[in-house]
Amino acid sequence: MNMQALQAGPVSGVRVRELGVRYGEQDVLAGLDLDVQAGEFLVLLGPSGCGKSTLLHSIAGLLDTAAGSIEIGGQDMTFADPSARGIGMVFQSYALYPNMTVLGNLSFGLRVAGVPRAEIDRRVQQTAQMLQLGPLLARKPSHLSGGQRQRVAIGRALVRQAGVYLLDEPLSNLDAQLRTELRRELKLLHRALGATMIYVTHDQVEAMTLATRIAIMRQGVIQQIGTPQEVYERPANRFVAGFVGSPAMNFVEGTLAAAAGGVDFQSPALQLHFPGSVAVAGTAVLGVRPEQIRIDASGAFNGTVQLIEPMGGQQVVWLQCGSQTLAAVVHHVAGLALDQVVRFHIDAASVSLFDATSGTRIPMRSI
Amino acid sequence: MKAARRSVGGQGAWGRLGIYAFLVLAALFFLAPLYVMLVTSFKSMDEIRAGQLFAWPSQPTLAAWQTAWSEACTGLACEGVRVGFWNSVAIVVPSTLLPILVGALNGYALSFWRPRGGDLMFAVLMLGAFIPVQVMIYPLVKVLAATGLFASLPGIVLVHLAFSMPVMTLLFRNHYLSLPAELFKAARVDGGGFWRIFWQLMLPMSTPIIIVAAIMQVTGVWNDYVLGLVFAGAENLPMTVQLNNVINTTTGERLYNVNMAATILTSLVPLVVYLVSGRWFVRGITAGAVKG
Repeated sequence: MNMQALQAGPVSGVRVRELGVRYGEQDVLAGLDLDVQAGEFLVLLGPSGCGKSTLLHSIAGLLDTAAGSIEIGGQDMTFADPSARGIGMVFQSYALYPNMTVLGNLSFGLRVAGVPRAEIDRRVQQTAQMLQLGPLLARKPSHLSGGQRQRVAIGRALVRQAGVYLLDEPLSNLDAQLRTELRRELKLLHRALGATMIYVTHDQVEAMTLATRIAIMRQGVIQQIGTPQEVYERPANRFVAGFVGSPAMNFVEGTLAAAAGGVDFQSPALQLHFPGSVAVAGTAVLGVRPEQIRIDASGAFNGTVQLIEPMGGQQVVWLQCGSQTLAAVVHHVAGLALDQVVRFHIDAASVSLFDATSGTRIPMRSI
Repeated sequence: MKAARRSVGGQGAWGRLGIYAFLVLAALFFLAPLYVMLVTSFKSMDEIRAGQLFAWPSQPTLAAWQTAWSEACTGLACEGVRVGFWNSVAIVVPSTLLPILVGALNGYALSFWRPRGGDLMFAVLMLGAFIPVQVMIYPLVKVLAATGLFASLPGIVLVHLAFSMPVMTLLFRNHYLSLPAELFKAARVDGGGFWRIFWQLMLPMSTPIIIVAAIMQVTGVWNDYVLGLVFAGAENLPMTVQLNNVINTTTGERLYNVNMAATILTSLVPLVVYLVSGRWFVRGITAGAVKG
């Protein structure tokens, strides 16, 4: 990809306040606030039906909002026409105009806006060069491969030199290999342009790799917003903890009780001591990432190897500890056999604790 | 040795023979009237009087066709069905183009712009499709007479436009609903307005459904009798009405050969449409049959 910078227009931030969206009688979004900084790559992540696409389409002005306001680049755009919002958009189904050539697709928006011909040519050429679309300009979308189509769709957004780019699951229709390839290109593109991007996906790997910040949504509510690192290491609740990370976080139910020099987590399978204090006592859920379980002969816990899933560079080992099954990521399985009892270690400093009923994270204070 | 490979669900030679026998019989049954019409139109009246209905014409002649086209009497005038042919063409062309355009606009607005009350209006329009045409003739005559459009070419075109609206709207609405909504959204982000998206994006993507709509309108309007008789006026009577007049105007002897030729001439346009566009024609029938 030729990373000659194209962006010449302004780079805008987005401010969403108290946003409400309704489908008939049902509130899809209610009282939603979101701030997107200029130049940020924000990923809206969540399962299908969580309202992430609704939020994106509201920002684009493609949906009527029931309440609240949307500001783009410091201007109130709540009721502005989509084309007046200074946005470029990429859709999951590419949504290329099938009756127009690639050139026609790229230039359509500029022609509608009455941009002078010379300027249209310049921008289209530049975009085509950046996305390697030059040889395809005369073709119709039906004569393009999936990856080429999505490049054209991205190009169509880029020629608009918008303040914000909205991407609605742009990679989900591509096969796995192409997806990884285009993901990398998108990230490079963001770096080269410094543009604001809001990206919707249900794929947590895409979210982790692309985002400067991730907003995880569930049932119309943003559960947590933070850098990929923060979201991964300090999930705000059990939903976020379970949704981000693959293989998923292990959850162990137990009780918290004060003990000498800290707190003890007690469960039939595991007992952990934390050198700190927590506000809540009683039942709690321990969250352990699979890579935080280290198989180690001197470990404090033991379990039976139930299953080994090879994943190339690493293996997922499923351990049976009493009634509990724990997944552990292991890099060398040498010496591990099925039904073998192994000892393992968990570092108390890196795990998470959640309230058993509300599911929210229990903060730990070190003494 | 390898055994002969059977096909999935094959019925064997006898079953296949039965199917073909039935198909041939059915085809003969439906083709027989057409055959009789054709051979009769090439016979002279003397030969017809001999009563050999299925016999091949002994001296084939085009005289009856000539008479039917340009000399047969429709009441007092004896100019054949030729006049009706051109009248029908003059009615069919605008009565095909206008309904397609307006129907496409309706369907486009209903499926993409979703105006408030659009669903209700569509439901009312569909209701109109179930009210028999005959019920509306009298009020329509009054309305057209009051506006001075009665018994004129614009009048009959307007009537055809009105009666075609339910099916045309339904056809285009369903077609546009089958297109991805994201296409429309992309065009909105690109700044396209109502008309630009319609002319530059939706209409160019409607070719298949336009063909289906054109087939339905051409055959429907061409075959129309009652609306043409009532609303077109004496100057613009369509070919179907002229044909009826030819057949009902008898001076002395009933000219079966001329009647047959005139009938074939009148049904030629739908027949050609059918033969040229067989695949699309079937699609048109099913599209019209599956309401909603």
